[in-house]
Amino acid sequence: MVTPIYERFRDSIRSEVPVALATLVEGPNVGAKLLVEESGFSLGSLGGEELDRVVSRDAVAMLEAGTSEVRHYGPQGEARQHDISVFIECHARRPHLVIFGAVDFTRALASQGKLLGFRVTVCDAREVFATHRRFPMADEVVVDWPDRLLARIGDDLGPRDAVCVLTHDAKFDVPAIMGALPTRVGYLGAMGSRQTHEKRVQRLLEEGVTTRELERVKSPIGLDIGGRTPEETAVSIVAEIIALRTGHAAPSLSDAKGSIH
Amino acid sequence: MDEIFDDIERWLASGQKVAVARVVDIEGSGPRDPGAAMAVNDCGEVAGSVSGGCVEGAVVGEAIELLEGRRPAGITSFGYSDDEAFAVGLTCGGTIHLFIEELNW
Repeated sequence: MVTPIYERFRDSIRSEVPVALATLVEGPNVGAKLLVEESGFSLGSLGGEELDRVVSRDAVAMLEAGTSEVRHYGPQGEARQHDISVFIECHARRPHLVIFGAVDFTRALASQGKLLGFRVTVCDAREVFATHRRFPMADEVVVDWPDRLLARIGDDLGPRDAVCVLTHDAKFDVPAIMGALPTRVGYLGAMGSRQTHEKRVQRLLEEGVTTRELERVKSPIGLDIGGRTPEETAVSIVAEIIALRTGHAAPSLSDAKGSIH
Repeated sequence: MDEIFDDIERWLASGQKVAVARVVDIEGSGPRDPGAAMAVNDCGEVAGSVSGGCVEGAVVGEAIELLEGRRPAGITSFGYSDDEAFAVGLTCGGTIHLFIEELNW
C-alpha cells in the first residue's frame, strides 16, 4: 500500500518536476519521509515540526545544487549534532546545454549532451540551418540571435549549465559570449583555432569586455585529446564540462599551446 | 529511481510487496552515487542497481528478509572484498552504505 508521498514523488520524477525526498535513516522513526519541492512546499513528516522545517530548508538548497547526501541533525533539527541522520535524495532540474551555431559539430555535441542528461537547446539566427529536421535530438531549436535568447533565459542559467559557442563567426560569437558572461552559467566555451580566438578576443575587448571576464571563456574549446571529427570534438567538450564541474585536473586546450589537433 | 518505477508499478498493481534499497553514502571508490536505487519484490525479481553488480545478490537476500519481517528497515553496509575478507563486497575498495526499506510510504 503506497501513500500520497510516493505518488507525488513518482509523478514529479516522471514529469521532471524538481523534487527532494528526505528519509530518516538513523534515529527514532526510521523510514519517516518528508517530500520537499522547490517552492518549499512539503508533504509528510520526519517526526517534529522544527526538524521538518530545517530539513525542508536544506532540501531546497540541495535541489539547486543537484546533490544527494546524508545530513545529521539534533532532535529539533539542530546543526552539528548527530542524533538523527536524514538521507536527502534530490531530483533536480536537468542541467541545460545551450549551443549557439547550427553547424555539423552541433549535431555531435547535442547528441553527447543528451547522452549525459542535459536539456539541449540549439540556437542560430539562420532559419535554413536551425531546424528540427537537422537537430532531431535537441529539446529545442531556436531561430534567433544569441544575445536575444540569452536575454530571455540568462537568469535561469546556473552552475550546472553550459553554453557552447560553435558558430566560428564573430557576428554571432561576440553577442553570444557577451550575452553569456553576465549569467551564472558554469561552463562557457567557444570553438575556434587559437588564431580565431585571438581575433575574437580583440573584438570582445573593443566591445568593453575585460580580460578578467574573458578568463572564463574556454577557447579553443574542449580537452586536449587530439580530437578531430565532430564526434571526437564533442567528447572533448563534454569531458571539459565534466572536469570543470568536478574540479578535477584535466588538460584543457585553452591552457595548452600549439596545434589543437 | 526513475528507471525502476515501471517495474515497481507493475508489482504493486499485482499485489506484490516491494522493498527499495538506495545508496545513501559511499566511502572511497564506489560505482554508483547516492540516490542509485534498486527494487526487489517478494518473488525476488529485481529492477535497477546499486553497484556494478558486486552486491546486488546480497541486497536481494536482505530485501527478502525485510519483506518477510525477519529484519527491520535500516542501513546495511558493504565494504571491500577479497579472499580474506567478506564474501560479498566491492572489488573497487570502497564502502557502500545502503538504506533498505519496504515501499509502504
